[in-house]
This record gives sequence, structure tokens and C-alpha cells, in this order.
Amino acid sequence: MYKILTKKNIAPETFYMEIEAPKVAKSAKPGHFIMVKADEQAERIPLTVCDVDTKKGSVTIIFKAVGASTELLAGFDEGDSYLDFAGPLGNETELLSEDLEDLKTKKIMFIAGGIGAAPVHPQIKWLYENGIKPDVILGARSKDNLILLSEIEKMADNFYTVTDDGSYGRKALVTEVLEDLIVKEKKHYDLVITIGPLLMMKFVCLVTKKHDVKTIVSLNTLMVCGMGMCGACRATINNETKFTCVDGPEFDGHQVDFDEILNRQSIYKDEEKEKLYQFAHSEQEFKNRRK
Amino acid sequence: MLSLNRIPVREQNPDLRKHNFEEVCFGYNEEEAVKEAARCLNCKKPMCVSGCPVSIDIPRFIKHVKNSEFEKAAQVIAESSSLPGVCGRVCPQESQCEGKCILGKKGEAVAIGKLERFVADWSREHNIDLSKKSPFNGKTVAVIGSGPSGLSCAGDLAKMGYGVTVYEDLHEIGGVLVYGIPEFRLPKEKVVKPEIDNLKKLGVKIETNIIIGKTITVDDLFDKEGFSAIFIGSGAGSPRFMNITGENLNGVFSANEFLTRVNLMKAYKKEYDTPVHVGKKVAVIGGGNVAIDAARTAIRLGSEAFLVYRRSKDELPARAEEVHHAEEEGLNFRLLSNPIEIISDDKFWVKGLKCLKMELGEPDESGRRRPVPIKDSEFIIDVDSVIISIGTSPNPLITSSTKGLEKNSKGCIVTDGEDGRTSRKGIFAGGDAVTGAATVILAMSAGRKAAKAIDEYIQNN
Ligand SMILES: Cc1cc2nc3c(=O)[nH]c(=O)nc-3n(C[C@H](O)[C@H](O)[C@H](O)COP(=O)(O)OP(=O)(O)OC[C@H]3O[C@@H](n4cnc5c(N)ncnc54)[C@H](O)[C@@H]3O)c2cc1C
Ligand SMILES: Cc1cc2nc3c(=O)[nH]c(=O)nc-3n(C[C@H](O)[C@H](O)[C@H](O)COP(=O)(O)OP(=O)(O)OC[C@H]3O[C@@H](n4cnc5c(N)ncnc54)[C@H](O)[C@@H]3O)c2cc1C
Ligand code: SF4
Ligand code: SF4
Ligand code: FES
Repeated sequence: MYKILTKKNIAPETFYMEIEAPKVAKSAKPGHFIMVKADEQAERIPLTVCDVDTKKGSVTIIFKAVGASTELLAGFDEGDSYLDFAGPLGNETELLSEDLEDLKTKKIMFIAGGIGAAPVHPQIKWLYENGIKPDVILGARSKDNLILLSEIEKMADNFYTVTDDGSYGRKALVTEVLEDLIVKEKKHYDLVITIGPLLMMKFVCLVTKKHDVKTIVSLNTLMVCGMGMCGACRATINNETKFTCVDGPEFDGHQVDFDEILNRQSIYKDEEKEKLYQFAHSEQEFKNRRK
Repeated sequence: MLSLNRIPVREQNPDLRKHNFEEVCFGYNEEEAVKEAARCLNCKKPMCVSGCPVSIDIPRFIKHVKNSEFEKAAQVIAESSSLPGVCGRVCPQESQCEGKCILGKKGEAVAIGKLERFVADWSREHNIDLSKKSPFNGKTVAVIGSGPSGLSCAGDLAKMGYGVTVYEDLHEIGGVLVYGIPEFRLPKEKVVKPEIDNLKKLGVKIETNIIIGKTITVDDLFDKEGFSAIFIGSGAGSPRFMNITGENLNGVFSANEFLTRVNLMKAYKKEYDTPVHVGKKVAVIGGGNVAIDAARTAIRLGSEAFLVYRRSKDELPARAEEVHHAEEEGLNFRLLSNPIEIISDDKFWVKGLKCLKMELGEPDESGRRRPVPIKDSEFIIDVDSVIISIGTSPNPLITSSTKGLEKNSKGCIVTDGEDGRTSRKGIFAGGDAVTGAATVILAMSAGRKAAKAIDEYIQNN
């Protein structure tokens, strides 16, 4: 059992949780994810490791309740425990394998959308701790949905925020800011790292491709096992089939077939809706499972 | 007068069972088992034993059954096998023990598998304790993977007095026995779980959700956790695909994904959350046990299933009994057919499977006649899902994170001889991780041999 040490509701439907998982905390690096299964009947869900505290033996996850399984996770409270919590999985971020002195000479840009701020946070933190301040564009639907704002702002060199409704920062898309920086302000970037909704990553990649800037994306495909034994997470990268969980989740964004992944995310659309409906209509049963 | 026919085994009616996940075969009761046992000639030179990979003393255990001495029969089997309830159900008996039985020459072989299963079920139902445990000897061994190889290695070591910890990356114990082989062939609560409970009774520690190579490395198991030796029984769980057009369309799944959703995640039960999608018509590509299991599972979920295999029926690698059961359940065989493309509708979902007709040519390296395509023979099977079941390879997580652990070009761990010694001192391996996808009985036997070798290794170091 994996105990929930801290739970915070940091934005609408968005939760910050610190989970007691000492073995995962000991080995997790930026870029890794875990598979969590709330209770006996639950699905296995992939979530990024956002932070670790090795002294406490805890792992931080931040997630948005978008469907039945994340709703279920969100229903658990401080002091409750999740049944299964396996990790760390996937490869650590590519940054970690690069030469630090080399990295220091490079201009790096992070672009995060919505909940994507959570998975970029550990990478930005790692750079910051090694004396590197990247530029960051943070985007969300509205002011309420901008998470980790102050934490990321203090570690960024140039920091830009956008919202769809203009309630905070510029009313624009992250791609518009990026275009402006590159075209109007003639800024040069050696590397862009972008994490967020698939469509956002796809359009960021179209911009960076045009300007020939290397771009890394982190793919959030469907997953069942998270460790290379089912193939549910497969994606086409440079015309080759890869398993996102063991070959990724980071890939060269210019080689990713985004449309295929977008299609594949809808495979269980009907079943997912049905489950959410079930949850909504058997409130008691759902409550019984939150323990 | 000796009967040429075996005592028939009672089974669930095909029209009923294709709508449920209950076990297909009911097995023998005492009376039936005793009668069937009486058919055995108790041969002086029993050919059946030479067909069993672990050389169970078949005539001796069957003689006890004939005399209604079921506990004694169980003791005989326990000398050679630690998973009789499983092997009696899933061994390919027709090509092993029963394939060699002398009675098979004139009539039907003795139903060795069914008798073994009877003895195992009887001794479980009567709580027969076959384990003799020695006191803790102060040494500890780590076992990676909880499939048949890991479980049997752990069990034997625990009986010898070792402190054993089994590490499993999934959230359930049992390997393919829980995530792959379906409930209707191998009941989990009734048959698999008691085996695991026995291990726990022996004092084996079990840690789930630990991915060796990720959560802890093999070297840490030695250096930080202080184990004296390690057994790797991590299986061959990584699914292969065909590299044909359309393989990533919606509605195309590996057999592993499909079976994992249904078996491990229990998607066939309404109260479980994991979804499974099987269309109205599904094509399963392959001809082994995995393919047949996937097809029969699809039938139970309400789909019309087609088995697409490139050779003919005689070459199907699946157990004969399963092929027969699948036929009874209405599986459509599309033999001598090789898939070349999966066709998409305008919404990125599967609409059909394009195949070529094949004919059998000269034998290949495997001794089976090689399928060769017939010119201009393309045809389309009208399906809305495709399950790919053309084999699996070992997962590279352990070999890629362990320095000096030799593997071959197929990704299998290389061992020296029968006892599972690897290129690294103190590390042993066995089962599918070494041989590539094989059988439960071979994995179990590899685990037991390695346990012996590990004992010798620790005593001499
Ligand atoms: C490596 C990896 C890391 C991830 N890290 C995080 C994280 O740190 N925080 C977080 O909130 N989420 C993260 N996700 C996404 C998260 O796993 C999904 O949101 C979750 O599985 C949805 O499950 P559900 O049953 O609640 O929703 P579902 O009912 O499955 O889906 C509800 C809606 O969300 C969409 N959806 C489903 N799966 C995904 C997905 N994988 N990505 C995006 N949208 C999806 C569906 O299309 C649907 O519209 C990550 C995914 C991966 C693969
Ligand atoms: C659907 C299906 C049907 C089959 N039918 C039959 C049949 O009828 N008869 C028969 O004899 N055989 C059958 N087989 C084959 C048989 O099940 C296997 O040969 C056997 O299970 C191999 O045992 P194993 O112990 O080597 O590995 P597995 O059973 O594969 O167990 C390995 C375990 O190790 C775990 N693991 C892997 N990597 C790690 C890691 N890094 N850290 C921790 N744990 C790890 C895995 O999750 C798994 O639980 C079938 C297989 C399948 C898939
Ligand atoms: S273990 Fe398998 S091969 Fe050996 S006797 Fe039993 S069923 Fe036959
Ligand atoms: S070969 Fe057949 S008849 Fe002879 S001992 Fe074995 S099972 Fe009995
Ligand atoms: S999620 Fe199972 S292989 Fe990637």
C-alpha cells in the first residue's frame, strides 16, 4: 500500500499529491513516470514523477481529473493509500545524459500547456540546480488553470505566460509566442522541450521544424503495463513502431506521427464514457471505493 | 479386457461456455480417475516417462491412483513437479507424455494429464501438505519474476532453508499464469493462487511493483540488499509485430495487450475499470496457444473470431485439446493464409485484413513444410479488429541494466549448461528468459534445476 501523505487541490480538478513510495523515490530521475492503480478494480494509470523527497521517501504526482480513473484517484484523501504504485518507468530525460558544460552554452526553451507544467517542472528544476536557467512559455485555458506558476517563474530566465481567455498573461497560443520570439525578436534557441496536450505539441513541432530547432516531446499515449509487455502505447517515430513506455516517453518531436497518436487516444472513447456514466450514477459505490 | 478408449472427461457444453469464463473441463472425479488409471499397463520400460520433460514417475503415480491412494500419488508427482495442477491442465500432453504412451499405438493413450490434474486438485482440496521445510540457514536469494520458473525456484530454495524474496514488476504474482492464460483454461483463484499461498507458507517474501533494472538494479540486489545469489525468471513478455501496413490502426492489438486487459485487469467483469475493445468480427493472427487463447477470449466477449494462420491445421503449434475446444466454440479457421495489410476505414479503424493464400512447399529448418504464397491470390477478411499473436521476445530491461550479463541475438540470457549459470557470478537464469517463449513445464523445471545449482554455488562460496 502506498500512503497519501499530502493532498492539495491546486487548480480546478487538478491535484497535487505526495505519495509514500521510498523505493521509487530513491531511483526516480526527471523524465520518469509511475503506474498507479488506486484499488483492486482500478485501471493502471501513467503519471509523471514531478518531484521526490528521498528523506521522506515520497514521490510527488500532479494530475488532472479528466475521466473515470483520474476521478477515482482524486477521490482518495490524505492518510488513504493507493493499492499499487510502480516505478520509476520510462527513460530519464535526455538532458541528463548531456555534457553539463555543453548544456550551459545552449539556449533552451520549455513550452508547457495545462497539466504539462507538472512534467516539465522536474527538468527545469534539475537545470536550475545545475546553474542553467531556461526560457519558459507556460500556457493554460485560464488563470485558474496555470499551475506551478511561481515555482517555475523563479527558475526561468525569460518567462512568458499565455491563457486562452486572456485572464492572465497574453491572450494567445503558446505557438504564437514562440513564433514572435523567433521571428520578431530574432531569438535563437538550440533546443525546445514541450509537454502538454498532443495537439499543442504537434503545432509547436510544426513551428520549430520551420525554424529548424531541435524539439523534444513527451508522449502521453494510452498505456496498460508501462513496462514493455503489451504494446498498447505504440507510436510511429520516424516510420518505425516504438513503445512509448520503454523507448520513450521522450522523442524527437519532428519524427513523431501525432495524428496516429491522436487517433489512438480515442480507441476506448465509448467505454470510457460508459465508465464515467456508471460512476456518476452509482455515487455510493464510487464513494465506497475511495478509501 | 483392456479398453482402447479413455474414460471421457466431463466438459462444459460449448454453447454455454462460449458465453462465460468458467473452466471448460471439469476433470475426473475419484471413480473416473480410478477407472482411467486402471488402463495403464504399468510398463517395465515406460515410454511415457521419456516424453515428460521432468520425468515424473508416471506408472508409479498412476498405480497409486488405481489403488485409490491419492496422497501417495501426490507425493510421487511432487518428487518431480511443483505445479501439477497447472501442468496437468496446460502441458501439450499429446506431444509429450501421452504422445509416447504405448497404448496410443493401438487406441487412446492413458489420460496422464487429466490424472495428474485430478491428483493435484484432490490433494489441494484435502489440504495435503507436501512441503518439508528446513530451518533458515542464514543465506538469502533474490528471485526476479513470479512465473512458473521463478515460483518453482523460490519454492525449492525456501524448502532448503534459504530466505527467498521474489520481485515482480506487475501488481499480481504468477507471470503468464495470471496475465496470459485465460481463466477458462486455468482458474486463478482455484488453481494458481493456492500455489502462491504455499510459497508464502514456506516463508517466501513477495514484493510486487518492483521493476528490476528500474526500481532496483541487479547489482544493488547484491551490493545493497546483500543477497548471496540471484535467479532471473523474467520470461519473454515483449510482443512482436509484423511490420505490415495498418498495424497501428485503432482496433489492432497484440495478444498480450488483449489478454492482459481481460485476465490481469479483469476487463471481462463489469465492476472492473479497465476497458477492452473487441469488435463484432476479429481476426487473430498466429497459431500457437496464445493465438487460440485470444480467439476463444474474443468469442466469450461476443465477437465472431477468425484464426489466420499461414500453414495448415497439422502444423498448428497450439495444444490439440485447445484447437478442438476452439472448433467446438465456433472459431473460424482461415488456414494457409498470410496477412499482408490491415485495411483502414475513413476513421482510422480496422475495416479488413488483406491476406495471400499459401501452399506448403519444401520443409524448412524447423522440419515443417514452408508456406509459399500463391500468385494473385489476395483476398480480404471482413473484420473490425485484429489481434496479433506471432510471438514474444524477452524484455530487455534487465539485460540492458546489468553489466556483463551475456545475451544472444534474440535477447535471451545465455546460460552455461542445464543448471542456469549465466556469464555473471552468482546470477542464474531460466524459463522463457533463456529459451524464448516455451512451456510451463520447461520453465518450472529450469527453476528447480537452478535452485539446486544455487544451493551448490552458495555452499561452495
Ligand atoms: C508517460 C505519461 C505521463 C503522464 N503524466 C501525467 C501527469 O503527470 N499528469 C496528468 O494529469 N496526466 C498525465 N498523463 C496522462 C494520464 O495518464 C491520463 O490523463 C489518464 O490516463 C486518463 O485516465 P482517465 O481514465 O481518468 O481518463 P479517460 O477516461 O481515459 O480519458 C478522459 C479524456 O482524457 C483523454 N486522455 C486519455 N488518456 C490520455 C492521455 N494519456 N493523455 C492525454 N489525454 C488522455 C481521453 O481522450 C479523454 O478525452 C500521462 C500520460 C503518460 C503516458
Ligand atoms: C496466452 C498464453 C498461453 C500459453 N499457453 C500455454 C500452454 O497451454 N501450455 C504451456 O506449457 N505453456 C503455455 N504458455 C507458455 C508459458 O506460459 C510460458 O512458457 C511460461 O509461463 C514461462 O514461464 P517463466 O517463468 O519463464 O516466465 P513468465 O511466466 O513470463 O513470468 C515472468 C515474470 O517476470 C516478470 N518480470 C519480467 N521482467 C521483470 C523485471 N525486470 N522485474 C521484475 N519482474 C519482471 C513478468 O512480469 C512475469 O510476471 C502460454 C503463454 C501465453 C502467453
Ligand atoms: S508434467 Fe506434463 S509432460 Fe509431464 S507427465 Fe505431467 S502432463 Fe505429462
Ligand atoms: S506408457 Fe502408457 S501404459 Fe505404459 S506406463 Fe506409461 S502411461 Fe502406462
Ligand atoms: S504500455 Fe505496455 S508496452 Fe508500453
